[in-house]
Amino acid sequence: MEARLFALQRLTAMMMAPFVLVHVGLVIYAVRGGLTAGEILSRTQGNWFWIAFYGLFVLSVSVHVPIGVRNILIEWLRIGRPAASVIGLAFGAGLLVLGVRAVAAVGGLMQ
Amino acid sequence: MDTKNSTNQRQLTVRISRGTEDGSYSTYSVPWRENQTVLDVVTEVQRTQEPSLSYRYACRVGVCGSCAMTVNGKPRWTCRTHVSRVEEGGVIVIEPMRNMPRIKDLVVDMSEFFQKWARAGNTFVGTATRNDPPALVSPQSKKRKQADAAIECINCGVCYAACDVVSWDKDYLGPAALNRAWTLFNDERHAHPKDVLHKATSGSGCNSCHTQGSCMKHCPVSLSPTGSIAGLKRSAILSLLKGG
Repeated sequence: MEARLFALQRLTAMMMAPFVLVHVGLVIYAVRGGLTAGEILSRTQGNWFWIAFYGLFVLSVSVHVPIGVRNILIEWLRIGRPAASVIGLAFGAGLLVLGVRAVAAVGGLMQ
Repeated sequence: MDTKNSTNQRQLTVRISRGTEDGSYSTYSVPWRENQTVLDVVTEVQRTQEPSLSYRYACRVGVCGSCAMTVNGKPRWTCRTHVSRVEEGGVIVIEPMRNMPRIKDLVVDMSEFFQKWARAGNTFVGTATRNDPPALVSPQSKKRKQADAAIECINCGVCYAACDVVSWDKDYLGPAALNRAWTLFNDERHAHPKDVLHKATSGSGCNSCHTQGSCMKHCPVSLSPTGSIAGLKRSAILSLLKGG
């Protein structure tokens, strides 16, 4: 289990590296260009490229972050692995729900 | 021998952690000689001033790994540490090794350290019988070179005392056990290298290492358990990707 979680965390990190770079570039572009929320939404809603991009991003985050949170709980709070796993899973589920909702909204899938 | 100069002999102040709890120190003054190891100082204190002082040593020459202690905050072999290298303003502070339960004074209980050695999958299982010829392992082979780089560990526990991850996570196997696992994983004669990898990665195994490198920094024989652990992590992830 530990070896699998370790591998998953590394693989999702590899996936997220380009996502983060593109996302940050996008934020800078949107802010410097003075785009309004409406203008941004008009470009993302119904655009399957951005829906897939942020969908995969959210999925990677929901796998990557809880594994790290679990490790922090084990090392810093010294709680056992089972308890840390439950909290990590709940945290991951929360991230997934929030992330998917955001992607659905930005992608125009929540009409 | 020194009696003639004893009146103007420079004195070294030695603070030694005593008892079974943290925080209790006794201070001693011993002659500060030209050529003197920290172990010499501890022995001198015990023989001339504090007969009840408990400490551990055997070979005195850096072979057995028994005399490791914390000297001025850092884990060291006391027999290979000259006072001149560590004294700060004529003072040395000697404490037991970190991360191991204390028995008394400078002696720690190393049972858990050795149990973790076994838990990391470090039992050699051969495939040959006594009737087979000795295994021919090429000194040039990659595996042999990797094992060679890590094989000189004598289990002094310095790396284990230096490791912050051990201090956070009591189940963490620690640098010495994982370093040994790496040598066994690379031993072509070993019957179950996959088993080593499995045990070294389960629970608080090699994947808990933060690559801080304290083990490598403090290892008295300049090994790199950090590198061995990285090797285990790499091999485990490759084995997983290959479906193992």
